[in-house]
Amino acid sequence: MKSSARKGGEDRGVSIVIGEEREARLSLSGRLSLDNLEYVMERVDPLLGRPQLVSLAVDLEGLVRIDSAAALFLLRMQEEARRRSLPFEFVNISPRVMGIIDLLDKSAIRLGPPSPREKSGGFFEDVGRTSVMFLDDFNQCMTFGGILLSEALYCALHPASIRWNDVVLSVKKIGVDGLSILALISFLMGLIMAFMSSLQLKQFGANMYVASLVAIAMVRELGPIITAILVAGRSGSAIAAEIGTMKVNEEVDALVTMGFNPVRFLAVPKLLAAIVVVPLLTFFSDLFAIGGGMAVGILGLGLTFHTYADLTSWALTVHDIVTGVLKSMVFAVLITGIGCQRGFSVQGGAEAVGNATTSAVVAGLFLIIVTDSVFALVLNYVRW
Amino acid sequence: MGDSRVIRVENLSVRYGDEVVLQDVTMDVVRGEILVVAGGSGSGKSTLLRHMVGLSRPSSGRVEINGVDITTASPAELQVVMRGIGMLFQSSGLLGSMTCAENISLPLSEFTDMPESFIGEIVRMKLAMVGLEGYEDHFPNELSGGMRKRAGIARAMALDPDILFLDEPFAGLDPITSAGLELLVKRINQRMGTTMVIVSHELESILSLAQRIVMLDKGKKGIIAEGDPRVLKDESPNPHVRHFFNREIEEKDETGEHGA
Ligand SMILES: Nc1ncnc2c1ncn2[C@@H]1O[C@H](COP(=O)(O)OP(=O)(O)OP(=O)(O)O)[C@@H](O)[C@H]1O
Ligand SMILES: [Mg+2]
Repeated sequence: MKSSARKGGEDRGVSIVIGEEREARLSLSGRLSLDNLEYVMERVDPLLGRPQLVSLAVDLEGLVRIDSAAALFLLRMQEEARRRSLPFEFVNISPRVMGIIDLLDKSAIRLGPPSPREKSGGFFEDVGRTSVMFLDDFNQCMTFGGILLSEALYCALHPASIRWNDVVLSVKKIGVDGLSILALISFLMGLIMAFMSSLQLKQFGANMYVASLVAIAMVRELGPIITAILVAGRSGSAIAAEIGTMKVNEEVDALVTMGFNPVRFLAVPKLLAAIVVVPLLTFFSDLFAIGGGMAVGILGLGLTFHTYADLTSWALTVHDIVTGVLKSMVFAVLITGIGCQRGFSVQGGAEAVGNATTSAVVAGLFLIIVTDSVFALVLNYVRW
Repeated sequence: MGDSRVIRVENLSVRYGDEVVLQDVTMDVVRGEILVVAGGSGSGKSTLLRHMVGLSRPSSGRVEINGVDITTASPAELQVVMRGIGMLFQSSGLLGSMTCAENISLPLSEFTDMPESFIGEIVRMKLAMVGLEGYEDHFPNELSGGMRKRAGIARAMALDPDILFLDEPFAGLDPITSAGLELLVKRINQRMGTTMVIVSHELESILSLAQRIVMLDKGKKGIIAEGDPRVLKDESPNPHVRHFFNREIEEKDETGEHGA
């Protein structure tokens, strides 16, 4: 049985003529390129699947222009025919078309895609892998923490080895530059807290307790936490990005070959600055929050400045203030520690720096909250 | 002067994950020579250099500098070795937060007790040596790629090291600057006896500079040729090496290996 089909497609710049059923002869003419390749594939691919097919010839006489994708398509057809051990040939192939086909690397087509680097091995393997990664990460954090603390200790014993310029710069970046936003947030926090609680306390005529509520909540818990969260977001991320970029640019390696200890050179000044500055920031945060509460107390509740200040100082104990400062020092160590660790662990390029920055903030917040819970529990039992 | 070999690399193997980059590489660097490490892109030249200066620990094998095994050395010992070497990184490695002058004076003021004014003069002299006088107060990102390379060289030479490692010092330089830098490298080598390990694939630089060349290959994951480049150029038994020197392309063979 003979069948000759002419399929429309001139509007697409190509025409396909498929000849006999068994000894098929495929004529392609016109222009074959990325625009119309899909159309051609749809019609030609079933051809190779025909069970009766015994040989295939592809006539390229009328082909005016092809691009590399079209050349790849032709080569793939040849490869497919070879796989099915069908006799296959190109006929009337012009030197121009041949030239483009030659441009392709035939061995690369035969090779197929490389096996994926990290294949998922199902649920259990994924869980195992993630656990190992988590443990590994924990291990690295602890190791780095140890190194950082020992270097800090060394620097404390050898103050001349500290790069004071860098400490001052970090104090400015972490502290001074962050003060305005911290002041605003704290003031509003105090204001909101006082306002909301006064609405409730008014009903019992317990207005004057607004002052102690704001003071105790801020100094014991919220002041250190707000400050730590803000520093983690502003400075923890900046530290990770800075060190990570230096790692990518081989600057850290350069420091090592010059005989510097990169942890001592880069991390210790930031750590020192944070230990000094975060408690100070916390103190300011407390102060501004109390100011916010005072604004509500004076303007909304009819208390005088003196009464409010008296009520506040009556509510606070030295213990509250000392533990607040202590806590914020620990937060400072955690934030800079995790920022530096994430920075130093950067490997690769810009994307790795981005990941390290995100991770520094997330891990920092996590550590802050966990540590704060531990503090809350311990301080509840340990009172002096 | 005992052993003439300042660096000994023995059976060095480097793996990143499952990927083997270097396999059983053994080589020496002789005191006072200019050794060029060449090879195609991705053949492990930078990797070899990083391991020679102890920036990364190998999967197996050892590297000795002046008789100290840096793969097992303590950080303190390593620091002593590091002070005797200078390195230019492929991406220059200048500290972005410091000016050129501060970059160069950094090791000087840290490891010597010279007065600031004298250090300033050394810095100016080193910058002039690489043709960067007047750029003291520029930050690295205000310099062109080639200028950054040169500033990196100036910093690597700040402490007058015994061994200088240069990762692609000539890449991206115009022919005139490049020739000037070659001359500088040669002079430093001759007059101060500095041992040089240079990664490069600029043919002309290799032929004019190298006293000895080590060629790495991605397929073999190690050294495929070693010797005088002017001899290897015509007489290497390995066609790949001859192709490299004569700038000839080669047919891809299916195994991806070039016979040793
Ligand atoms: N940190 C890394 N993690 C994974 N693979 C790496 C890493 N560094 C290098 N490699 C791999 O090691 C091989 C050699 O890299 P290397 O940088 O030493 O090449 P090179 O010879 O210096 O090349 P070029 O001339 O392009 O600088 C490459 O295949 C690269 O993919
Ligand atoms: Mg390299």
